[in-house]
Amino acid sequence: MKRIGLPVVLVALWWAASAGSTSFFWPPLPAIVAAVPSTWTGDFWLHDVVPSVVRLLIGFFLALFLGVAAGVALGTFRTVFFMAEPVLEFFRALPPPVLIPIIALVAGYTGWTAKVVTITLGCLWPVLLNTIEGVRSVDEVARETARSYHIAPLKVIVPSAGPRIATGARQALSVGVILMVISELFGANRGLGAAVVQFQRGFAVPQMWTGIILLGLLGVALSGLFQLVERHTLAWYHGWRRAEREG
Amino acid sequence: MITLDVAGLAKTYTGPGRSVEAVRDLTFQVRRGELVCIVGPSGAGKTTLLRCIAGLLPATSGTVTLEGATVTGPPPGMAVVFQDYGRSLFPWLTVRGNIELPLKEKGLARAARRAACDAALAAVGLADSAEAHPWQLSGGMQQRVAIARAVAYEPSVLLMDEPFAAVDAQTRADLEDLVRTLWRDLGVTVLFVTHDIDESVYLAQRVLVLSHRPTVILEDVPIDLPAERDQLTTRGSARFTELRAHVYELVQLAKRGHRPESPVRT
Ligand SMILES: Nc1ncnc2c1ncn2[C@@H]1O[C@H](COP(=O)(O)OP(=O)(O)OP(=O)(O)O)[C@@H](O)[C@H]1O
Ligand SMILES: [Mg+2]
Repeated sequence: MKRIGLPVVLVALWWAASAGSTSFFWPPLPAIVAAVPSTWTGDFWLHDVVPSVVRLLIGFFLALFLGVAAGVALGTFRTVFFMAEPVLEFFRALPPPVLIPIIALVAGYTGWTAKVVTITLGCLWPVLLNTIEGVRSVDEVARETARSYHIAPLKVIVPSAGPRIATGARQALSVGVILMVISELFGANRGLGAAVVQFQRGFAVPQMWTGIILLGLLGVALSGLFQLVERHTLAWYHGWRRAEREG
Repeated sequence: MITLDVAGLAKTYTGPGRSVEAVRDLTFQVRRGELVCIVGPSGAGKTTLLRCIAGLLPATSGTVTLEGATVTGPPPGMAVVFQDYGRSLFPWLTVRGNIELPLKEKGLARAARRAACDAALAAVGLADSAEAHPWQLSGGMQQRVAIARAVAYEPSVLLMDEPFAAVDAQTRADLEDLVRTLWRDLGVTVLFVTHDIDESVYLAQRVLVLSHRPTVILEDVPIDLPAERDQLTTRGSARFTELRAHVYELVQLAKRGHRPESPVRT
């Protein structure tokens, strides 16, 4: 309940400050709200919002899987990491939006592939780098325990690196939302990001604002969902940390 | 019947710009079903020796042979209780999870795992902590979980590295008796590292006293106490006092840097 307070205050402030506004780009909040029913139609949800979110989720989970798999390999084998590091640094330094034209050249502008690949590439780095770090800092005694009891190494490496992997995944999710929008900016197609840009180009300002608000709400919903899953799977880690602080 | 043969074992740790000769030359043999204690000054290389035997650390020279096979990696049927018990328990698993994971990897069915885990926990007096996480337990309790994990594994060779360092005196006495009981009931070969001279004499059939680093064996002391031991009468006996005085003197010698003219080979 405490966390509802601030948003309520901000909305009220927005409402008050924008009341009676005649600026074309800053319509009064009631005007924006009034535009919602005609903007958030069934067609809009079905052909803009849902496809965008599905692409985001596909890209995110693909990156999570690839990032953890590659991260475990690179974190485990020192020589592989040593050889791969310069290449990794090079690709990491490239902002994914710059790659869109190249990706599009191969996968085409309009289809899903280029967009999903863009999102995946962007989400990959935080997951990969955090996984590598997590794997490298697995406790030496824990590793030896696993070896001497003939426990499959992955069963110790992956949970040990879990907290770092979660950190990477959280960063990846915010990068993913950004890339979900950016990947829709090239070429005329549908999607939540594309819709916002088209509203703006068509001077449908209140409609544009509803799109921006929806993007924000999407971000909040995704991060809330992420937190829920993280709290659950890493309950041991939070409990452990709490025990160490108190003990 | 020799089960473990350590021959000319040496280990020098080499790091960037630094090398430590931890173990110089260790040769000894352990018969199947024997209970041997290893004592020596801190930093003498006891943990190093156990890690070489456990196949976790390659020796610089010399060999470790277990049941006729040279040890190059962790051998099957061996359980290790690590000195760093806290770090050797997996924090994401409960106590039960920690004890059952090695059994699962060994292919034990669910019911058998559960039974083995419950029995081991009962033996170390932690029957009601099965569902706790290790970090919710005290140091001494964690150490007992590590012991329970090793016991539930039903190894043929059990290596223990100062397993009772963190437990209180009363629990320690109970656990000493538990180790003796398990050893006699299961016929397991036990190598037990300890700082505590009384403990080594009370537990062992033989005590290996190590020298200061670089390590050789100072003396192999047979403990000719009766097989039936209990805390009061055994520790009160004249022979116990003699043996403990002898081992005590040896450890004092070791601390002062005394070395045998030629390494003792047993
Ligand atoms: N990984 C390592 N790298 C470098 N030197 C090491 C390493 N492990 C141990 N040593 C050194 O080897 C020597 C023996 O260490 P070891 O841990 O085997 O002694 P210990 O007898 O088990 O001591 P303690 O009784 O304190 O546990 C010490 O001088 C130690 O500093
Ligand atoms: Mg040690």
